[in-house]
Amino acid sequence: MRGASRSKNTQDLDKRVCMTNCPTLIVTVGLPARGKTYISKKLTRYLNWIDVPTKEFNVGQYRRECVKIYKSFEFFRPDNEEGLKIRKQCALAALNDVRQFLTDEGGQVAVFDATNTTRERRETIIRFAEQNGFKVFFVESVCEDPDVIAENIVQVKLGSPDYTHCNTEEAVADFMKRIKCYENSYQPLDEELDRDLSFIKIIDVGRRYLVNRVQDHIQSRIVYYLMNIHITPRSIYLCRHGESDLNIKGRIGGDSGLSARGKEFAKALGQFIQSQNIRDLKVWTSQMKRTIQTAEALGVQYEQWKALNEIDAGVCEELMYEEIQQRYPLEFALRDQDKYRYRYPKGESYEDLVQRLEPVIMELERQENVLVICHQAVMRCLLAYFLDKTAEELPYLKCTLHTVLKLTPMAYGCKVESVCLNVDAVNTHRDRPSNVDVSRLPEEALLTVPDHH
Amino acid sequence: MLSQFLNNTSDMSAEQKELTQTPLLKIWVPGMGSSLGQRRGSSRPQFTNCPTMIVMVGLPARGKTYISKKLTRYLNWIGVPTQVFNLGQYRREVVQTYKNYEFFRPDNEEAMKIRRAYASNALKDIANYFTKEQGQVAVFDSTNTTRERRGVILSFAKEKGYKVFFIESVCDDPEIIEANTTQVKLSSPDYENCDKEEALVDFLKRIDCYKMSYVPLDEEKDRHLSFIKIFNVGSRYLVNRVQDHIQSRIVYYLMNIHVTPRSIYLSRHGESELNLLGRIGGDTGLSSQGQKYAKALAEFIRGQSIKDLKVWTSHMKRTIQTAEALGVPYEQWKALNEIDAGVCEEMTYEEIQETHPEEFALRDQDKYRYRYPKGESYEDLVHRLEPVIMELERQENVLVICHQAVMRCLLAYFLDKNDLPYLKCPLHTVLKLTPLAYGCKVESFYLNIQAVNTHRDRPTNVNVARKPEEALQTVPEHL
Repeated sequence: MRGASRSKNTQDLDKRVCMTNCPTLIVTVGLPARGKTYISKKLTRYLNWIDVPTKEFNVGQYRRECVKIYKSFEFFRPDNEEGLKIRKQCALAALNDVRQFLTDEGGQVAVFDATNTTRERRETIIRFAEQNGFKVFFVESVCEDPDVIAENIVQVKLGSPDYTHCNTEEAVADFMKRIKCYENSYQPLDEELDRDLSFIKIIDVGRRYLVNRVQDHIQSRIVYYLMNIHITPRSIYLCRHGESDLNIKGRIGGDSGLSARGKEFAKALGQFIQSQNIRDLKVWTSQMKRTIQTAEALGVQYEQWKALNEIDAGVCEELMYEEIQQRYPLEFALRDQDKYRYRYPKGESYEDLVQRLEPVIMELERQENVLVICHQAVMRCLLAYFLDKTAEELPYLKCTLHTVLKLTPMAYGCKVESVCLNVDAVNTHRDRPSNVDVSRLPEEALLTVPDHH
Repeated sequence: MLSQFLNNTSDMSAEQKELTQTPLLKIWVPGMGSSLGQRRGSSRPQFTNCPTMIVMVGLPARGKTYISKKLTRYLNWIGVPTQVFNLGQYRREVVQTYKNYEFFRPDNEEAMKIRRAYASNALKDIANYFTKEQGQVAVFDSTNTTRERRGVILSFAKEKGYKVFFIESVCDDPEIIEANTTQVKLSSPDYENCDKEEALVDFLKRIDCYKMSYVPLDEEKDRHLSFIKIFNVGSRYLVNRVQDHIQSRIVYYLMNIHVTPRSIYLSRHGESELNLLGRIGGDTGLSSQGQKYAKALAEFIRGQSIKDLKVWTSHMKRTIQTAEALGVPYEQWKALNEIDAGVCEEMTYEEIQETHPEEFALRDQDKYRYRYPKGESYEDLVHRLEPVIMELERQENVLVICHQAVMRCLLAYFLDKNDLPYLKCPLHTVLKLTPLAYGCKVESFYLNIQAVNTHRDRPTNVNVARKPEEALQTVPEHL
């Protein structure tokens, strides 16, 4: 969906009028170790993936740049005048960068990641947003479960640059005192007092949510996303179908069955999955023959998603790259110039793919252990989401046949383990050639086409 | 889940069965002619694994029935069989004539007995709906304002293995309550023979009967239940323990709907060149009549004086050309593209009959589920239009310029229609939909620009063995 272009009201400098598509400032709220940075990073990753230019601004990082060496929790004491001064400066510096990102750099959403635990601090931010014509949406994380807090500290705090010189016990003790510094002045968002603000309060890692005054489409999507994510440990397995008959011939798309080696892979996949002893594994395929054949070999229930079908190459379906160069040299060049946005005639683009895969991603977030058997372009899109790859990198991610990627969420990111199941297959990866000019020679266009029969 | 490995280890070494594609849905299944029911693959992601009871909670005139009906319409449209069980209707069947509010007095022992009895009947019907009618979601529309009543429902559900999700509507804005009362209560069968004043007085006393014993869902005491509390028509929501996918979708939907008055205008593109030739699909421009329509549409829209109108089109030339004539900004949605007819793109019906007679017959047998080879079905269309519907719910005044099959799907959503693939959506006609009470008012505006008819009715003979003339009986005229 193409958004309407933003218009700026230059007459009123104090309070710019907010048009429906004006930039949004997401402001996290909460004590330390409540998952604010986890949420900020994950949300930023999701929004960028669905093509909403988003950036996070972590005030803690600004503080670390300003105060080179972290001594102890005393920096955060509410009576530490110098500490307070520095912290305020850092917040303002971050807000300044926010303004630049949203106003000058084409950003649409900025995530201001800090504790923001006092009403006074939040007021400052609201005023800043009003002056610049930004909408504000607060995301508060409230959690009193000591196990969750302890786990957070272990996973992300102990590895922080602040504690490189400490042992675990010292670090934990200091961090707990740091939390205490904030507790006394913490004013959570209030149903009554803050009834005119737009916010979501996440209670106990998603057990309960309080949502107030959602203003527009993007806030509605953000709320939906936040309500679907969880932190239960699990793994997502991504792989392509086994090698297909068309793969061997170097032809793209189509709906062919597995080659003999592809069938071998399916069996090997079954064995691999069994050996992993995965609890309550869900298996998803597309509605194309080759992924279904692969899943059938596993001997378990699986769900077919039309949304997981391979990218539609339109008029180029079932052609070899050599044939595409011959019949549609202009199209072939255009694709190399911008592989993400290029749409095949009567077909799709990677950009279209991402849009149709969004419900799959949303459901993957809700689920726990899942094996997704899909296709090259589809797998690139899913991988780009989990590994935070840009639109430029996405269409060139390496997703080889007969290799399973195991993704396990870890700290702020995702651990990737690549398992090659040792069944030979053709290479279907075509790199971007050096010459993407429309006037290039056929040899230059076909330089990077992988071998095939 | 371990059992599936134990039962199927023998399959691991067995010959991998060949896959065949089912003729109607074009779904790949193992073996020849095996039924869809026998396979391990399911063709749609599972929304939930057991029946769900949605239980409304709230004082009268808080929008419970409005929400029940709207939610049910949405769930059915996205393919989740759902039915509303409205306790007021059960009451009207048992107590033929409504006298006055005294029936609802908490100290009216006799009435209480009757009320408990028909509530229990409703629960029985719900069980029946799940077990015998393949229902997946039942919306229990009643006040359910006491913890005791909710306890009865929870026990019932637990015994049967149903999930329960509460939707509570809390409202203390007297203006909203009055608007609700005027819109839907005063015209209820209960008040047929009363004048407005009397009805209003009685209804307010009715509300009072419930107020005394009303125990709202509580964050603390009900923290183990799954529910959403809606405050003042959506300015605030409290969501607790969403259990599964369908509950998550329901919450998202409820958080996107609103009651601000507005209208949705649906229209197809102007007549296209392929329309004239009787060819389906493709991506051509407007014919000269089509261009006239685009201008007429612009005039019509100006004449309607619509506040803040949004205009949406598909990515196809003919809708964009139509929008261009309006001279206002518009948004293009790929999701609004016409149904993909796959191998039949740009063919006439006569050519389809000649080259794919079996496909043509299958389509007539089940036009909703039939998928064109390498194309889509109406069922697929609905799935890809769901984000459009969600955004339409969020928006206010919108004009959607789309295509025949797409417009049928959107119309079916708003008007809760069963015969979706045969809804009449002629060219050069604008439909204005205005939400009203529990439904939608439809006004049809034919802009007086001639166009071909593109509507093909279901022929009498849908058998694969039929003759070409029988198949082509209902094809509309073309060049």
